[in-house]
Amino acid sequence: MSRRLDTGGSWIDRSRPITFRFDEVEYEGFEGDTLASALLANGVTGGFRSPIIGRPRGVMTAGPEEPNAFVEINEPWFDPIVAATMVELVDGLVAEPRAGVGRLAAPAEVPPVDAVHRHIHVETLVVGGGRSGVKAAVAAANRGDRVLLLDERHRVDNAPDGVTVLPRTTALGVYDDGYVVALESTPELERLWHVRAGRVVLATGATERPIAFAGNDRPGVMLASAAATYLERFGVLAGERVAIFTTNDSGLESADSLRAAGAEIAHTLGVGEDPSTAIDGVDLLLVSGGWNPNLTLWRSMGGGLRYSRRLATFRPNGNGPPWLEVVGSAYGDGLPGSETYWLESAEDYSEHFVDLQRDQTVADIAAALDAGLVSAEHVKRATYIGTAIDQGRTSGVLTAAIVNQLLGTDPDAQGPTSARPPAVPVSYATIAGPDRGDLLDPIRRTRLHRWHEEHGAVFEDVGQWKRPRYFPRHGETVDAAVARECRAVRNAAGVLDASTLGKIDVAGPDAAAFLDRMYTNRMSTLPVGSIRYGFMLGLDGMVGDDGVALRLSEDHFLVTTTTGNAAMVLDRFEEWLQTEWPELRVYCTSVTEQWSDVAVAGPRAREVIAALGTDIDLAPDAFPFMTFRDGAVAGVSVRVARVSFTGELSYEILVDGRRGLELWEAVMSAGAPLGIASYGTEAMHVLRAEKGFVIVGQDIDGTVMPDDLGMGWIVRKEDSDFIGRRSLRRADSLREDRKQLVGLLPDRLLPEGAQLVEEDTGRIPMPMIGHVTSSYASPSLGRPIALAIVERGRSRHGETVYAPLPDGTISAEIVPPVFYDPEGARRDG
Amino acid sequence: MLLIRCPWCGPRDEVEFRYGGQAHIPYPQDPDALSDEEWADFLFMRDNPRGPFRERWYHVHGCRRWFHAVRDTSTHRFIATYRIGEEPPT
Repeated sequence: MSRRLDTGGSWIDRSRPITFRFDEVEYEGFEGDTLASALLANGVTGGFRSPIIGRPRGVMTAGPEEPNAFVEINEPWFDPIVAATMVELVDGLVAEPRAGVGRLAAPAEVPPVDAVHRHIHVETLVVGGGRSGVKAAVAAANRGDRVLLLDERHRVDNAPDGVTVLPRTTALGVYDDGYVVALESTPELERLWHVRAGRVVLATGATERPIAFAGNDRPGVMLASAAATYLERFGVLAGERVAIFTTNDSGLESADSLRAAGAEIAHTLGVGEDPSTAIDGVDLLLVSGGWNPNLTLWRSMGGGLRYSRRLATFRPNGNGPPWLEVVGSAYGDGLPGSETYWLESAEDYSEHFVDLQRDQTVADIAAALDAGLVSAEHVKRATYIGTAIDQGRTSGVLTAAIVNQLLGTDPDAQGPTSARPPAVPVSYATIAGPDRGDLLDPIRRTRLHRWHEEHGAVFEDVGQWKRPRYFPRHGETVDAAVARECRAVRNAAGVLDASTLGKIDVAGPDAAAFLDRMYTNRMSTLPVGSIRYGFMLGLDGMVGDDGVALRLSEDHFLVTTTTGNAAMVLDRFEEWLQTEWPELRVYCTSVTEQWSDVAVAGPRAREVIAALGTDIDLAPDAFPFMTFRDGAVAGVSVRVARVSFTGELSYEILVDGRRGLELWEAVMSAGAPLGIASYGTEAMHVLRAEKGFVIVGQDIDGTVMPDDLGMGWIVRKEDSDFIGRRSLRRADSLREDRKQLVGLLPDRLLPEGAQLVEEDTGRIPMPMIGHVTSSYASPSLGRPIALAIVERGRSRHGETVYAPLPDGTISAEIVPPVFYDPEGARRDG
Repeated sequence: MLLIRCPWCGPRDEVEFRYGGQAHIPYPQDPDALSDEEWADFLFMRDNPRGPFRERWYHVHGCRRWFHAVRDTSTHRFIATYRIGEEPPT
């Protein structure tokens, strides 16, 4: 039965019919319809179910406050759940009713949304395109402001010139200093707007309030103004035999408009007459319990409320941020006065619905109060009232009023519960926008990346960097490749792309004095041309980072950091220089990406460099460990540093990044006859663990002091301050039972992170004395090894500890952490 | 999101900044002279007032300079920002 009138409907275009499907039935509507208006036009007055107890429901409102009529959209786009009142009808639309709860679709079902983020700055932002909003926008534009006006509807009537108007756009949240996030949602796209406005005008209007009475959730019960809206905008007469219950004049006006369009007004009821008696015998019961200003956004910024006896509701009290303003009916202006009436008295309140989308009734509120709750906030948490998709737009003020009434307190004793963004549901895909996949985070690649790719490298993420983890040959497994790479380094030569290590250029007359304060060991005594390994501690004495310093000249150092901490270390340098020691003349510059670092290691490393051709004297006496030389290698100007992270003879060749690939390829071809292999981070980890070299962030987790690592030697003893020094003699730092670095010889490979116990009692919990920080199958030793942090570990060498695991207990002997070449005989080749 | 007035760059979005905690806590002249309690007090203990609070900010994704601010912790309102070495406004 069609309820579409022959004339009228300011939003629809009768020359453009649209075919759509709802609940597997085909219907017709017009362009300009919402799904809800088109359903009503086709006589679909029910069609929905309540989410928890499955009562029949129908369209109750004409806007975003709708608590009943939820649908899943399947064509021509996908939306897991949305109010039918907010769906713009398009040809071919396919919708299914949803009982207030969405379905999480499998990723394959959902086409990727092209979600875009846009940023805009304006002097004035107006939220809401009704009469007051348009008026505020015009006034601001006339002042010369850039003005943006948002409205959640798909059209804004009387849109003013000179104002940027965004229809279909909902302000999700208002944040500090005029920052507003808004969702533009059209059939084609989802767009998130980030608006920074000098002034924000909330013209968010008012929502008609329902009344709690028995059966107020039944299909055919509708807010009075909604029926008037369906008539005026869509030419739809929502009922032919109509009853009206109202506490205010606007309800009568709505009923009058329906009467003028041909409806019979069978009953007109007011306070004192039970609306539930009028349901049977009519096909539409209009309800108006007064009007609530829409103040979600106002209140989310801390805007205050005051109770208005005339309106029987809450309106802004003016106490909010200076840049935020509420106008029009959102402020309470122009709203009809209402009798104070919330609730039809009854013996049984179990069908007096308050929050229809949560199926919560006055009886549920009463039960919460009977349980001893007295705060509307607690009632909300006990009943979940106001927490559904509709965000309590129809239930918030009503709940507070009923709480006040049942507690016997004044109507202004408690207001509605607090409101938080987002104001409407928004998908994670939209929030993420373009920040996903390759755009989630910057991807950093070294200058040698292409070579690694061409040679089959398997990469791993180290911070933002892509580093080769290993280079499998001819279908090698990871274990086989890593073992082969380790053997190459131990027996011949290997080459590692170490370019990702952080590099900071520290220059200035006070550079040496500054580094003395930042590192545990003294950098000012370092001779030009030499290198020193150092720890940087936090003020709390914990190891924060490690690296080496190269002294380039009296007032010039190159400092390296771990790959992941490069930015942190530079920031820390800047913080101390700017905030504590502005008198120091020191300049710090990140040069990580200016250099490629080609690290050649192994007993034949010297032969490799010699085969490349160099003017640097490679003799061990002329070029000792922990020094560097500037010169030419393979005809390229380089800086060569003799440091070692593998225990083998090593030359780290620092080269202008633009010539990095050229040098790398020269190393590979000169090294080929000597058995050189490129190796990745996995072999590097194994090789350094065999030597007991720790990694910050793996073996060192922010609770570890130098002495815990058996590296007390790195802390200078003389009486001059450095960051963290005072903390090294706090009582806690001197505790006898601190956890200390040890090596483990387990009977099989331990998982990293495994907890260690003294005795496997078989009964959980067991006292845990430490954990495994690094664990590998060691090709050099032919057995599994591990590093661990264990309570009093250094005094336990020779003892056995246990790692109880779901698939059995692993036992391990505690040993010193250096497994390979403890005398250090190999580092000079 | 706050709008923060960097004393070098002018107003910028909060995402460009890093918070640096309470301001005007100088590094002790002679840490060795402090008892464990005094050192712990310097290291760990900070004020947490409701109302105006002098704090450090770092324009990390901008000019990379540290500066000071007075911010009302109950409203998030920045009462003033000022450069390192300048006196806090009274």
